[in-house]
Amino acid sequence: MRVLVTGLSTFWGGKLARELEERDDVEVVVGLDNREPRVPLERTEFVRADTTYSILERIVRATQIDTVLHTHLIVDSTTASGRSVHEINVIGTMNLLAAAGAPGSSVRKVVVKNSGYVYGAHQRDAYFIREEMERSGPPRTNVERSLIEVEAFLRDFAEENPHISVTLFRFANVLGDNLDTPFVQALRLPIVPEIFGFDPRLQFVHEDDVVGALMYATVHDVPGVYNVAGDGVVPWSEVCKIVSKRRVALPPVLTNWAAEPLRVARILNMPPELLDLLRFGRGLDNTRFQRAGFRYRHTTAGAIEAFARGLRLKSAVGEKNPTPYKYEREIEDFFRHSSAVVRSP
Amino acid sequence: MAPVAETRKPTAATDTTDAIDLTATEILGSGTLVPLPKRYEPATDRDEGTVTPIPSDEEIRKSDVDHWGRSEKLRSLVRTVYDPLDRYWFRTDWEGFEHLPVDGGALLVSNHAGAIPSDAPTIMHGIETKLGRPVYGLAEYLFRTLPVVGTLWSRVGGVTANPDNAYRLLHDEGQLVLVFPEGTKGTGKLYSERYQLRRFGRGGFVEIAMRAGVPIVPLAVMGAEESMPILWKSHQLAKLTGLPYVPVTANMLMFGPLGLATYLPAKFRVRVLPPVYFDVEPGQERYSRSRVMAESERIRRLIQDALYDLLRRRKSVWFG
Repeated sequence: MRVLVTGLSTFWGGKLARELEERDDVEVVVGLDNREPRVPLERTEFVRADTTYSILERIVRATQIDTVLHTHLIVDSTTASGRSVHEINVIGTMNLLAAAGAPGSSVRKVVVKNSGYVYGAHQRDAYFIREEMERSGPPRTNVERSLIEVEAFLRDFAEENPHISVTLFRFANVLGDNLDTPFVQALRLPIVPEIFGFDPRLQFVHEDDVVGALMYATVHDVPGVYNVAGDGVVPWSEVCKIVSKRRVALPPVLTNWAAEPLRVARILNMPPELLDLLRFGRGLDNTRFQRAGFRYRHTTAGAIEAFARGLRLKSAVGEKNPTPYKYEREIEDFFRHSSAVVRSP
Repeated sequence: MAPVAETRKPTAATDTTDAIDLTATEILGSGTLVPLPKRYEPATDRDEGTVTPIPSDEEIRKSDVDHWGRSEKLRSLVRTVYDPLDRYWFRTDWEGFEHLPVDGGALLVSNHAGAIPSDAPTIMHGIETKLGRPVYGLAEYLFRTLPVVGTLWSRVGGVTANPDNAYRLLHDEGQLVLVFPEGTKGTGKLYSERYQLRRFGRGGFVEIAMRAGVPIVPLAVMGAEESMPILWKSHQLAKLTGLPYVPVTANMLMFGPLGLATYLPAKFRVRVLPPVYFDVEPGQERYSRSRVMAESERIRRLIQDALYDLLRRRKSVWFG
């Protein structure tokens, strides 16, 4: 397999590249990003490319890539402006797919990491949303709109390129020690926000299952759309109990305004997607991917417990990684390409 | 969660030549060994031995709230509190209780009345205490938007009336599901219109029962109308608040604001009618509209007739 990973310098891109490097049947790993990788990598080739992926067609032709792992989609509106969300998600994916589907392209598989945010969170939602269901209300935020547009591109792409296997994942909210999502930030606070009178059913997926799902689709052929979420749902009050945190209530009306001081004081940036989830919750039907052969390592409660353990460890010993990895082009090039380096067969 | 069938294809890997793992072989019926592609195993396995594994859900969970948001502990507490009310205030009598199925899914369809309807808790209470089976009550999406009330309602067995929710409960889990097809049209009607059944929606409940392959058990409830009768409604206030109706009830005139939580002691009688089976193939995407509407109307008629019969025999609103 010759694999290309977008967003190499993001949390997920780095994790995936390391998993791919472990496999003997993956001959080549090429990673794209506009920033330098943040994790040490053995043999992944890093190519600095802007998010429009204008260089991609050349890379595909030169390296004969057969699998594209598209992890670089922004699902957290607090990390980027509306403009760059559109650039990275919509324009980026459009160019990526154009290059992957170009005449003579060697690409035979595209795997995309999208989010359950495409379903929104609404009172009319089914308690367990299946992949083929329409969302109950129109998209409310830039991020949701852009992710839905990405899926439309992907549907067209899959139809126009029947020889390419396209897998689209919609992940539930992820919990992990080193993640920085609004949920994780909220649960790291000494007192965790809730909306008065609401105790929504929430679902989480462990970060290992996210990597596992993406790797599973890379190794096996599972074309189609799949929800990925830990088994079961847990009410928000109980999530906070498992993480041993107390809660503070935001008012049920004008909640967005009430959350504003938290944003201004930089205590917690609560995007509208999070506020919707804290009101209505969301449950995904995760059985389709299991029928395709995938086995989850963690349930929703298990993912919360694993996260709680990570939090406790951190509160005892502090951050585990005092000197972050720094990418040096010359050093990486030396180890990969110098004739002085002895490579085991 | 339903058990998942093992249907992984042995040809799934892209490059099987160097991905053959001898531990992952499968003996087919013919006796031949078919190598399976090497399964993906996360690299985090390297940590094994030093890290205590994550315990099972039962050990982690701090409450008994299930995947529908229902808590059996809270439900049983509510039954304990409601029992004297049911026994000494409403003095509920049941007829035809043997028509309720002891196992398997069934859709219970009932008439709906009273400003804050007392028929739903009465039916759920009666069936759960006498039959020992949980009942899930379907209700308006509005409930999910109400703080406190919405959460409590969900904990004691309320589920929004999304067709997929109903199908999952009836078909996948074989539960008893209670639905009021009249919805707020039934509870919002004036005292002068008592026991006149409203339209049964668009017959969605019949379609769900057909698709799930379960019978419909019609219920006729007498007493709820008089327990909190609506004398007058304000359309302006309803529009302003976004509520389906803003009523003035007899209870409010008698007890003031307390009337919101005080029922009049009308005698309750619930009649369970014989189950209605549909002779159709379950699991279809859609069913004949005319058939669905005809069945819906037939069930409405059955309940209406049963109500008239109950009313003919009732000598007193308060003593039955």
